Amino acid sequence: MPLLPPRDLPLLSLLALLSACTGGFSDPSRELGEPVSGPATGRVEIHRPPTMGVLDTPLEDVHGAPIGVACDTCHGPDADGEVLARAQDNPEGMHQGLEHRHGDLACDACHDPDDRRFLRRADGSRLEMPRAMELCAQCHGPQHRDYQRGSHGGMTGAWDLRRGDRVRNHCLDCHDAHAPAWSQLDPVFPPMDRGTVQQRTADSGSH
Amino acid sequence: MSDTSRRTVFKAMGATLGAGAFARAIAPIVEWTEDLSLDQLLQRHYKELGRDELQVVLRELERKTAEDYGTSVSIADPRPTPGVSFGYALNLTMCIGCRRCAEACHIENNHDRATDNSYIRVLEIDKGTVNLSRATADYDGPVPKADKYYMPVQCHQCDRPPCVNVCPVEATWKEADGIVVVDYDWCIGCRYCEAACPYHARRFNWTKPQIPAEEINPDQAYLSNRIRPQGVMEKCTFCLHRTRRGELPACLEACPTGSRVFGDLNDPASEIRWVLENKRVFVLKEDLGTLPRFFYFFDE
Ligand code: HEC
Ligand code: HEC
Ligand code: HEC
Ligand code: HEC
Repeated sequence: MPLLPPRDLPLLSLLALLSACTGGFSDPSRELGEPVSGPATGRVEIHRPPTMGVLDTPLEDVHGAPIGVACDTCHGPDADGEVLARAQDNPEGMHQGLEHRHGDLACDACHDPDDRRFLRRADGSRLEMPRAMELCAQCHGPQHRDYQRGSHGGMTGAWDLRRGDRVRNHCLDCHDAHAPAWSQLDPVFPPMDRGTVQQRTADSGSH
Repeated sequence: MSDTSRRTVFKAMGATLGAGAFARAIAPIVEWTEDLSLDQLLQRHYKELGRDELQVVLRELERKTAEDYGTSVSIADPRPTPGVSFGYALNLTMCIGCRRCAEACHIENNHDRATDNSYIRVLEIDKGTVNLSRATADYDGPVPKADKYYMPVQCHQCDRPPCVNVCPVEATWKEADGIVVVDYDWCIGCRYCEAACPYHARRFNWTKPQIPAEEINPDQAYLSNRIRPQGVMEKCTFCLHRTRRGELPACLEACPTGSRVFGDLNDPASEIRWVLENKRVFVLKEDLGTLPRFFYFFDE
């Protein structure tokens, strides 16, 4: 498998060959569909992970899903302006079970120490939870760029934004903020078709 | 191609193949004639049909599917969008070998349930090698394994498609948007194309596909995911029933890792063009000169 430097791709020859298909249609008007023109009006929406800014409790709702509480239940000021969590000094051992394997970042690298409802940027400025992607972006530039170019993070909906909308995944749909590495999973769907099983090791081909 | 010349091809094949091979090659037709309605036998090549005639064929196929499979489906004939040229790229750094793509293909394209057929085969390959001869497709989990990488393989929609050239009856051809299609009602099941494909991307329908009515995807197209008859070839069409409407292919949407990038090679602003111009890209078996439209790439 020879590796091509990106700019040496046979892209031009590839485009040139497009019209090379043989055997025309007896009704030439059937060959192509309707042209599509106009601006790309499709909306690109980023999915918002439901967990964002919510702490799961051991309680479950009727569907068996954990009931979440907002950070400010404990970290927000109460009627007297007192921050409960701090006052308590964590007797319940809150968040102790949190699995944290993300470089060797401290909690406060990402969470605003003065108000836990917020995240914080590297320069110390405050960031709302729903804008968490900006947090990831400041340390993972290449992945964020790839994401914006559509080659990281996947999507559903339309490839052609002139004809439909698109939904993008959020970084947090795939990466746990505290343990972002991918874990292993079981593959689905072992191939059973005759061709595949026969060819399983027969792919020696020219290589 | 007229029906007469198709019959001539049968004859010519008999002459060059020898009796045994010829019998095997035409077995699909001889043995399963009861499956073919008179209409289908009389049907002309897809490209020879006028607009109205095609509609008759489509409605007849819908009726037949409803009768055979007990559910109503719609079979359309989306044509290539002028100026659009499809390309597909897959990020080997990200793919974890979970086979969700193969599963999505199976469901989307109305594949036979018993054989778990899919147009996508995922190869598990030793890291640091490009040794496809030691690759396996029937690996177990959990994935990804530390010493392996994973390469899903499906039709590369080559611009010099060896499979098209060997078809004795012109039942398979390349369309203006780059997709290589099969006319299942014209295919004689000789399987030359399967042998000619260096990527093992074509499949043969050994049996009449069995799919429970409630699992059938009713959104079908003549040249893609309508339920294939027994004894004909089939292959990935980049989900043309979706992509020609502007939608993404089913395997891309199903990928949990976001390894797949699809789009219009003619559009300089497209995601696929960005990958081709900015990533380390290669094609499989480049030395064969097939000019695939399916690319693989690595993140740096
Ligand atoms: C049930 C009460 C409760 C809720 C709800 C809660 N916390 Fe906490 N949290 C605490 C307590 C108690 C502490 C320990 C005292 C402190 O450091 O303020 C704490 C500490 C923290 C710390 C500092 C940990 C450390 O080791 O320095 C972070 C970060 C934090 N919480 C984030 C959050 C976020 C984000 C949310 C909302 C998604 C949240 N918490 C919801 C009770 C809570
Ligand atoms: C890399 C940045 C980052 C670091 C470091 C980090 N967090 Fe978070 N944390 C986030 C983001 C982003 C969210 C919101 C997304 C979510 O809920 O998954 C979050 C959510 C939370 C939540 C609520 C949801 C949950 O996952 O339970 C708690 C509690 C929390 N963090 C506590 C902590 C504590 C305690 C530490 C230190 C041990 C810490 N975080 C370190 C980014 C970080
Ligand atoms: C303050 C900088 C910082 C922020 C903010 C940050 N990360 Fe990281 N991230 C790191 C570091 C450091 C590593 C560890 C790199 C290493 O181990 O080589 C890392 C590693 C990762 C990895 C690779 C994990 C692995 O083990 O393979 C992923 C995925 C990741 N981060 C995702 C995210 C996401 C998603 C966010 C936003 C919620 C985020 N990061 C926010 C600094 C950051
Ligand atoms: C559709 C799921 C998905 C989404 C969404 C996603 N990623 Fe990833 N990301 C992956 C996969 C899969 C890998 C490769 C994991 C591996 O190799 O173990 C990865 C790898 C990474 C890595 C590690 C790269 C390395 O070299 O180890 C970083 C950092 C990262 N992603 C950041 C992000 C950020 C930032 C976002 C949001 C802008 C994001 N990801 C969105 C699936 C996703």
